[in-house]
Amino acid sequence: MPEVYEPKIVAFFCNWCTYLAADLAGTSRIKHAPNARVIRVMCSGRVDPQFVLDAFARGADGVLIGGCHPGDCHYQEGNYKALRRVALLRRLLKQMGIEEERFRLEWISAAEGEKVKTVINDMVEKLHALGPRVPACRKEVA
Amino acid sequence: MTSATYGYYPGCSMRGSGIAYEESLVTLFRLLGLTLQELRDWNCCGATSYMCIDENLAFLLSARNLALAQQTGFRELVTPCSACYLCLRKVQDYVQRYPQVAERVRDSLAVASLPPLDAVKVRHPLEILFTDVEPERIRSKAVRHWHGGQVACYYGCQLVRPYGEADRLHNPTRMDELLQAVGVPTVKFALKTKCCGGSLTGTIHPVGLRLNYILLKEAARKGAKAIATVCPLCQYNLDAYQAEIRRETGEALDLPILFFTQILGWALGGDVRSLGLHRAISGRRVIDEWFPQHPEEVESYV
Amino acid sequence: MSEANGGIRIGVYTCHCGTNIAAAVDVESLAAYAATLPDVVVSREYKYLCCDPGQDLIRQDIADKRLNRIVVAACSPHLHEHTFRGALVAGGLNPFYLQLVNIREHVAWVHEDRKEATRKAEDLLRAAVRRVARHEPLEPGRTPIHPDVLVVGGGIAGIHAALTLANAGKRIYLVEREPTIGGHMAKFDRTFPTLDCAACILTPKMSAVKAHPNITLWTYSEVTKVDGHVGNYTVKVKRWPRYVREDLCAGCMECLEACVYEEARVPDDFNLGLTKRKPIYIAFPEAVPQVPVIDPDTCIQFKSGKCKKTCIDACGERHAISFQLQEKTEEIEVGSIIVATGFQVFDARRASYYGYGVYPNVYTALEVERLVNASGPTGGEVVLRDGRAPKTVGIVHCVGSRDENTNRWCSRVCCMYSLKLAHLIKERTGAEVFNFYIDIRTPGKGFEEFYQKLLNERVHFIRGRVAEVTDWALDPTEEGKLVLRVEDTLASLVRRIPVDMVVLAVGLEPHPDAPETGRIFNISCSEEGFFLERHPKLAPVNTFTDGVFLAGCCQGPKDIPDTVAQAGAAAAEALALIDAGSVETEPNTAYVIAEVCSGCKTCIPLCPYHAVTFLDNEKKVRIDQAMCRGCGTCVAACPSGSIRQHLFEDEQIFEEIEGILAYA
Repeated sequence: MPEVYEPKIVAFFCNWCTYLAADLAGTSRIKHAPNARVIRVMCSGRVDPQFVLDAFARGADGVLIGGCHPGDCHYQEGNYKALRRVALLRRLLKQMGIEEERFRLEWISAAEGEKVKTVINDMVEKLHALGPRVPACRKEVA
Repeated sequence: MTSATYGYYPGCSMRGSGIAYEESLVTLFRLLGLTLQELRDWNCCGATSYMCIDENLAFLLSARNLALAQQTGFRELVTPCSACYLCLRKVQDYVQRYPQVAERVRDSLAVASLPPLDAVKVRHPLEILFTDVEPERIRSKAVRHWHGGQVACYYGCQLVRPYGEADRLHNPTRMDELLQAVGVPTVKFALKTKCCGGSLTGTIHPVGLRLNYILLKEAARKGAKAIATVCPLCQYNLDAYQAEIRRETGEALDLPILFFTQILGWALGGDVRSLGLHRAISGRRVIDEWFPQHPEEVESYV
Repeated sequence: MSEANGGIRIGVYTCHCGTNIAAAVDVESLAAYAATLPDVVVSREYKYLCCDPGQDLIRQDIADKRLNRIVVAACSPHLHEHTFRGALVAGGLNPFYLQLVNIREHVAWVHEDRKEATRKAEDLLRAAVRRVARHEPLEPGRTPIHPDVLVVGGGIAGIHAALTLANAGKRIYLVEREPTIGGHMAKFDRTFPTLDCAACILTPKMSAVKAHPNITLWTYSEVTKVDGHVGNYTVKVKRWPRYVREDLCAGCMECLEACVYEEARVPDDFNLGLTKRKPIYIAFPEAVPQVPVIDPDTCIQFKSGKCKKTCIDACGERHAISFQLQEKTEEIEVGSIIVATGFQVFDARRASYYGYGVYPNVYTALEVERLVNASGPTGGEVVLRDGRAPKTVGIVHCVGSRDENTNRWCSRVCCMYSLKLAHLIKERTGAEVFNFYIDIRTPGKGFEEFYQKLLNERVHFIRGRVAEVTDWALDPTEEGKLVLRVEDTLASLVRRIPVDMVVLAVGLEPHPDAPETGRIFNISCSEEGFFLERHPKLAPVNTFTDGVFLAGCCQGPKDIPDTVAQAGAAAAEALALIDAGSVETEPNTAYVIAEVCSGCKTCIPLCPYHAVTFLDNEKKVRIDQAMCRGCGTCVAACPSGSIRQHLFEDEQIFEEIEGILAYA
């Protein structure tokens, strides 16, 4: 484990918008916090809630889903499906004692390299403020 | 929105050279069924020289006014003076944008037991009249026809700087539209946001005077018989030095410099005294003709 | 899943990419770390893996070390996944035994702390090693390519692409929104830097489009819907009625003469409102097709129903005019699409400080293009709105370009067309011409020489961004003139230049409906709103949707030579697709494990492609592999876990998650 707390974010980016935006951030050399680890999926609609739960279960400090803007989905409406799923998932996570700021869904188009930076930096900042995750059971005791 | 109440921050001008602005503003708002509630214990906005000497201190002056407004429960604060308007909005913008400024302001307000800045909306009367009241409603409330001549609408340099949203920055037109609504013909005035020379008249006098002269000359050239303004500083500067300009240039310039609130107030039935029209220096003959002391005795007004 | 040799044998290859990766990531330690991971048989680092020796290295190792899985830590899969799959095939492995780790775009180029960057690269690499162990051999799909091509937009880009393809024997549909093809180029008088006449080079191509047996030309039409995928697009085209039948009209134009409006009263769009037209009109004499169009908003018959209909009388026996024509929708099948929808010029009113729309003698450059045009509203004479010839003219560069408040990009063509207009105005009127510029940008064949020529013609150049155009006169010499106020940054002084005519060199910007158009063709817009190419250097006419190509200014501002070159490239890409006959598709489709499917039908409404069907007999769903596009939405939604996705199997993604989070 690192000595200083550095939150680790598991990021699911869709192949056509957000993954490309992260590529664009690269080619434009837009520096940002190194805390996110990207897993490529074809569409944000592919993100199974189990992926998010598994990431948290294995110790992720935050989970970020990136998809195309509403109306711009490469597969017409996969991002809407993701949005609907996320709404339910949020409630579940809350019940599990996982703070809201730890789970985020963002629309980032292939042109928005800058937004990749803003979103990741912002999320890292919020996760720093929250500190390392404490399991819900232990929180009760404290 | 018939009996809305707005928080009101007069600023120093309204109690000095710009008293006619306050008189006409209060009268106009009264005629429109709007109330202005003055902020208690307000202080200088920190504009002009203060801003050049110590920006941070200037910010604190504005911030105190905003915090007081917040504490009073005002959600909107009307500032008729362009300098106050700009200054208050600037501090809000800086607090949003620069963490160091925000911290300094927050700490200093805390010393005075004042809350940190939140979203009090700083508004100029021009914006309120145009967006809250709307020209159409002002037209419907007008009781007098316009018997005067053409007017050049002059917005000044401060209202249209980046922090404001009282009008379009490059080509403000709201004053024109409001005056046209009560039948006042306005001229196309290319210099409507050029410097009036106000800040220079006291320091590098000839330069200030020249800028002043350029505005008056161009307004006259465009056929305007008077200039309408939204700023007490411009109004005073353009009004007070015309005799000197006549002496220096030998040109017969004598234009009344009116507040737009005076013209609108007149259309809505205000009288000379309540609109502060008796205080004007230049263009007295035109003012007496356009705004008679006893309009009911002038045939065309009946 | 074990191979003949009895297990997973992974080779890991880390690329330096010159110093691109090596400067920010400790490549050596990364490779050493990879060697410690389970199932990794060999781990190497190499300067440039994508080059031939790099790929040979992988191929050789596959043979020597009996590798059956490959992980390459290099650049984005969007760049080189295909390349490395080729290396696997060359080594005799199934190409889908590859996993790429993006340590260039996602790591080296965006992080400054070498330690943190290397740590992140390690996490990603670990995830990939775990994932690749779960990979399975797959066969790429193949889709046949329909040989017909749709070209959208009839400007010079669309015209050139359509003709190129048609000459190669392909069938083309050319769809244009306006009543005529020709686009912006049809409005120009001369083209820079050669000053050859635009009409002389464009109109023959326009006629050739109309005459070509392989081209179906639909003007006054718009694409409304595109379904399908590379090779098999179904396209709906809405065709507005012209009220003059193209099949019957002979192009005699007698109806125009006969119209009850004796005088033209409607502002003429083609001449940017500088002239008027009648309700029945043709955009310009050389318009293609040579068929008039009736504008129902101004035609008396449409407004009141009480016109004498003299146009119908004039048409006589031909019966080409019919007020009963209706809008209709055509449906066509094509295999590829070239989008060449062009640009719009910047609305000069947005730069209100230049007085366009306020002062009558402030013109946009496009208006002046019409004025200098021999077939334009003044027959090529440059005159002011009151008929006077200007004695002094000021051309303001970069209006709506290179400006934080309007558009930030350089529009690329304005310097050169401003020089061209300066030359033409001086030639026609002898006026004194001032150019106000920020920088003169003349990179192009013969461009700089043209600039030198203008300098020798004594056209004035003042370096400085014009602050405003005003009619405020400071002294009698300025009376009745327009004054340009500018800081002359070479002379270090603020100048006032009085002129008779101001020309605003307006920039190029995307059509306001570009995002909507993008949605129809499933292509994205870049930040400024032009369509986004697949790769700025290596795939400049491709998009992220296979089979959809870009040409001309819809992709970004460019001049005529570049537009034509790009249109040719787009045509070549389409030809390559057609001649290959079929295209390989990514085998990332969803499929159903029938034994586990409960027949709940959750997945059916989720699929936008109607690829999921319910089998009534078996009470289970089936996914049509040809129709599935591989988004995976149904996979995530399946409550029983019976829908799976090739290349993105749940196990593979779980391995990635766990790999990322398994601290070494």
